[in-house]
Amino acid sequence: MSSDDDHVYLSLAEGHADDARWAFGTGFEDPLHGVDTTLPEGVDAAELTALCLALADDALVAAQRLAQWITLAPELEEEVALANIGLDLLGQARLLYARAGQAEGAGRDEDALAYFRDPAEFRNVILAELPNGDFAHSMVKLLLLSSWRLAQLTRLAEHPDPVLAAVARKGVSELTYHRDHAAQWTVRLGDGTEESARRMDAALAELWPYRSELYAAAAETQDEVEAVLAQVLDTARLAAPAATPVSMGRGREGQHTEHLAELLAELQSVARADPEATW
Amino acid sequence: MTVTDGAGGPDGATALAAHFDATIAHDQRIEPRDWMPDGYRATLVRQIAQHAHSEIIGMQPEGEWITKAPSLRRKAILFAKVQDEAGHGLYLYSAAETLGIDRSELTERLLAGRQKYSSIFNYPTLSFADVGVIGWFVDGAAICNQVPLCRSSYGPYARSMVRICKEESFHQRQGYELLLTMMRGTEQQRAQVQDAVDRWWWPSLMMFGPPDDDSPNSAQSMAWKIKRHSNDELRQRFVDMTVPQAERLGVTLPDPELRWNEERGHHDFGTPDFSELMRVIKGDGPCNAQRMERRTKAHQDGAWVREAAAAHAAKNRGEEGSAA
Repeated sequence: MSSDDDHVYLSLAEGHADDARWAFGTGFEDPLHGVDTTLPEGVDAAELTALCLALADDALVAAQRLAQWITLAPELEEEVALANIGLDLLGQARLLYARAGQAEGAGRDEDALAYFRDPAEFRNVILAELPNGDFAHSMVKLLLLSSWRLAQLTRLAEHPDPVLAAVARKGVSELTYHRDHAAQWTVRLGDGTEESARRMDAALAELWPYRSELYAAAAETQDEVEAVLAQVLDTARLAAPAATPVSMGRGREGQHTEHLAELLAELQSVARADPEATW
Repeated sequence: MTVTDGAGGPDGATALAAHFDATIAHDQRIEPRDWMPDGYRATLVRQIAQHAHSEIIGMQPEGEWITKAPSLRRKAILFAKVQDEAGHGLYLYSAAETLGIDRSELTERLLAGRQKYSSIFNYPTLSFADVGVIGWFVDGAAICNQVPLCRSSYGPYARSMVRICKEESFHQRQGYELLLTMMRGTEQQRAQVQDAVDRWWWPSLMMFGPPDDDSPNSAQSMAWKIKRHSNDELRQRFVDMTVPQAERLGVTLPDPELRWNEERGHHDFGTPDFSELMRVIKGDGPCNAQRMERRTKAHQDGAWVREAAAAHAAKNRGEEGSAA
C-alpha cells in the first residue's frame, strides 16, 4: 500500500474530530444552545407537559410512518426527501419529549416517554397513526399534517416557555419545507395522469374527514390551514370531498385505532425486550 | 462532443489510444469527454453500477431496524445513515451517467439479474447488534476498498468516492460506538454483539472478492488504474485494522488461525469459504430473493408516480411553450 493511501485512510478511519457530518439529514446541532431551560413563572407545568407531549407524539408517530417508506419510495430522490422529513420530525419529537419530561418533573427522559408508555397514553392525532397506504395517501396525509403543524408551530414560536418557543422556531423552517414537498407532489399527482388523479381522489376521500380532529385540537389554525389546502387543491385541479363527518377521532384523549398499537409494538419491541440495556 | 472508438480513422484512433495510455501512465484523470477504450468504459460501468446497486440494496438490511431502534438517538443515527446510502447511490448513478448510461437502464439491468450488488447484503440482520457490526465490519471493509478509489483514473468516479468515503468513515465510527455501548450493557447485549460478530466476520472478509489468483478482472482494472490494490492486499489491510479494535471491544473474532506474524508484520488468518461467496453471488444466499423482491416491488409500485411526474412536467413544458 502506498503512503498516499495510508495518509488518506488514517485521516478517515482513525480521525476522531467531531466535525464529520451526515450527507443529508438534520445534523445534530443543539437547537437549545444558550436557551434557559428553567420553567418560567406563569407557565403552568401540567399544561406545558401536555402540550409538548401531544406535539411530540404527533411527530414521533409521523416519523415512524415515514421510516416505513424507506427502501420502498418511488424514486431515490424521494428516499432522501422522506428520510429528511422523518428526521426533522424525529428531532422535534426528541426535544419536545425532553421538555415534557422536565416540565413533568417525574424523571422521565425522551426514551422513557417514547418507549415505555402504552398506546392509551399516547396523545397523537389519529391522522398521524393511519397506515401509509399508497404514495398518494402518504402525500395527502403529509400535506394535511404539515400544513396544520406549521400553523401551530408558527404560533408557538411566541410561547412564553423559551424552550418550546425555540423548538417551534426551528420547526417552522422544517415544516415549511415539508408542506412545500407535499404540495408539489399533490400538484404533480393531481395534474399528472388519469391514474394519479384517481389515486389522489381516493386518498382525499379517505383522509379529508380527519381534519376535524386537527381543528378540534388547535382551533386557531383552521382558517389558515383551510386556505392553504384550498389553494393547493385548486392548483392540483383536485376537488375537496363534499361531505365531512363531524368527528372521526379522539387521539388527543388517548382513544386510538388498532393501528397505533401495532405501530408502537414495533417501535418499542427492542427497547422493551431488555429494559435494563444501555443503548 | 463524444469521441468513440475508431473516430478519425485508424491513425486518429492510434493517436487517441496513445494519449489515453499516457494519461493513465502519468496518473492523470480520464474525464467524460476524453476518448477511452470500450473495455475501459464497460469495466467502469460494471463497477460503478455494481457499487451504486450495493448502496441501494444495502439500505435494506439496516433499514429494517429504523422502525425498531431501541432509543430515539439510535433511531436518528440509523435513519440518517440509511439516508446517506440513498445519497451515495445517487452520486454513483450520476457518475455512471457520465459514461453514457442512465439510471433507469441500470435499474432495469439490476432487476433483470444482469448486474450484481455486493454479496454481503444477502445476509440477514437478526438483532440490533447487527446494525453496529455492519457499521464496524461492512463499512470498514468498504472504506478499505474505496479509499484507494479516490485516486481511481476516472475523474467522476474518483470524486464521488472522496465524498462517499468521508461519510462511510462516520458510519463506521457510529457502528463501533454502538458496539462499545452495548458491551458495557447487559449480558444479553454482550451476547448479541458476539453473535453478530460471529455471523458477519467471514462474509465481511469475502467483500474483498476472490483471492488474487482467481480474480479474472483484477489485472486489467489495475493496469487501467481503475483499481489500485489487489483483493488480497485489501483483505489483509482490513484484518490488520480490525484485530486491535476487536480486542478493545472485548469480542473474539471467529478464526482459530488468526495470529500476529512478527516476520511479515501482518496478521495471519484463515481462508474464507469462497465457495460460499460464489453461491451467494450466483443467487443462493440467505436473502437474495428477499432483497430483489423488495427492490422490484418499490420500482413497480412507484411506476405510476414516476409516470405522473413525467406527465405533469410535460404538460408544464407544453403550457410554457404555448404561452411563449
